[in-house]
Amino acid sequence: MSARQRDENPAGIHLPLDPLPGHSSRGRLERVLRRGEFAVTTELNPPDSADPEDVYNRAKIFDGWVDAINAVDASGANCHMSSVGICALLTRMGYAPIMQIACRDKNRIAIQGDVLGGAAMGVANMLCLTGDGVQAGDQPGAKPVFDLDSMSLLETVRIMRDNGKFLSGRKLTTPPQVFLGAAVNPFAPPFDFRPIHLGKKIAAGAQFVQTQYCFDVPMFRTFMQKARDLGHTEKVFVLCGVGPLASAKTAKWIRSNVPGIHIPDAVIKRLEGAQDQKKEGKQLCIDIINEVKEIPGISGIHVMAYRQEEYVAEIVDESGVLKGRQPWKREIRRDDQMVADRLDHILHDEITETQVDMVKTAH
Amino acid sequence: MSETQPTVTQATLVKKAAPKSDYKPADVSPQRRVQRSFAVRLWSIRHSRLLEWFYSRFADMFLLLHPLWKGIGYGRVEAPIKFVEKRVKGFMFDCRMCGQCILSSTGMSCPMNCPKQLRNGPCGGVRANGNCEVEPDMPCVWVKAWEGSQNMVNSDKILTVQKPVDQSLRETSAWLRVTAQAAAARETAAAPKTGAAA
Repeated sequence: MSARQRDENPAGIHLPLDPLPGHSSRGRLERVLRRGEFAVTTELNPPDSADPEDVYNRAKIFDGWVDAINAVDASGANCHMSSVGICALLTRMGYAPIMQIACRDKNRIAIQGDVLGGAAMGVANMLCLTGDGVQAGDQPGAKPVFDLDSMSLLETVRIMRDNGKFLSGRKLTTPPQVFLGAAVNPFAPPFDFRPIHLGKKIAAGAQFVQTQYCFDVPMFRTFMQKARDLGHTEKVFVLCGVGPLASAKTAKWIRSNVPGIHIPDAVIKRLEGAQDQKKEGKQLCIDIINEVKEIPGISGIHVMAYRQEEYVAEIVDESGVLKGRQPWKREIRRDDQMVADRLDHILHDEITETQVDMVKTAH
Repeated sequence: MSETQPTVTQATLVKKAAPKSDYKPADVSPQRRVQRSFAVRLWSIRHSRLLEWFYSRFADMFLLLHPLWKGIGYGRVEAPIKFVEKRVKGFMFDCRMCGQCILSSTGMSCPMNCPKQLRNGPCGGVRANGNCEVEPDMPCVWVKAWEGSQNMVNSDKILTVQKPVDQSLRETSAWLRVTAQAAAARETAAAPKTGAAA
């Protein structure tokens, strides 16, 4: 094994890290953010299958480029592998997942159970969301639950962690140690209320926030200015949501069909004018990253490249946000590597080894 | 901009796909089937300051009547009061009788009318024209709540983080609960004083 990586438990990559003073979780993302490093998170496209390899293969392409991976909870109200399931697989392999919890599908009983289950599996980060309405997804006839909202969900998990109690007041024997996140959308009305709303989320327990896709940097700058004036950026790590647009056509479709994503006309014009729209979309994303990373109060980016996951590494690399730092990378263990090399040698190198020869070479 | 584009919803598509005489179960959402006009609700939000003033007088009056409610028995007055409350608040705010009214903290815009029943602020799906993600014809309850709250004296009450809805209190009178709680609080506040005097 090469020198041990920075945020890794020597006893096993799947184990939680040593607790640090002032940290509420034992995960990698909180360490990166609290060290003041520019964090990069991304989203795993959840498979429509029961094959764990699908999750591993989809996580593998982010190796060495991101600090944490969002395990989405039926995003857009479309049915996929559950976030708890994805987290179970990812934590086994040592990845740092951010478990998304949407209020749409589960009531408070199920949610609190999942929080404990997730934390027990080694999930160190949880993102509390309201969730898209069921009308947006593939099963519009489903019953929308919305028992909690994102704010009361944040508060519920915070109470579980800090007070060691369920919402009912019943005691937990071991509280979940999690780094709590929330989502903010500075690009939807009521614009005046949005920074104040962020303050409410911080009061409820948010320690980091990921924003909706940012395509309008001036609008985001105004939001951040207000958030700074209110003193929010000192209490919360803001990760700006960015992502590549595949083409002008996709951009137009998103604009008219996905509520809450604001794409200015200038962006569409720029894409339409380009020779290779996909490449231009990627370049646009990099340009936006380069602008937002300079905004005071921004602690990282959240790259959402739905169905373009292969570009995440390039986007992160070309924007240079990591400044030469390499996030934790899944590496094969030394003993496993020896066995693999040896097998490869025996099977493919066409050699006949005798015991006598082996003893000779060993000396 | 998306404000200028007409929003084509599932309901519109279904409506256009067949003549009026056909059976179209999903031509409107359940929400719209219950509530077709928002005029009164929006009036209440525009006059949130007046209603805030009125409600505080009204709550005081209810508290004054506490001996009466106690005399008759809160259990017995519950049904008639709820009957009135449901109709009055139903007309004014499209009340859903959650039983734990927070209208004073939400600019007189009832948060239970939000399809996601959010009690702490808007979701991220608000349309650029300020309408709801789920109900494209309905102004977002929280966009209106923010407007309403800005007219009110206690405009910062919107900042309180609300507890999750207690579903066991649905279809009960919020007026009586608030009164009973205020009376109980008054009694506990008065109790140590009388103790000291004695």
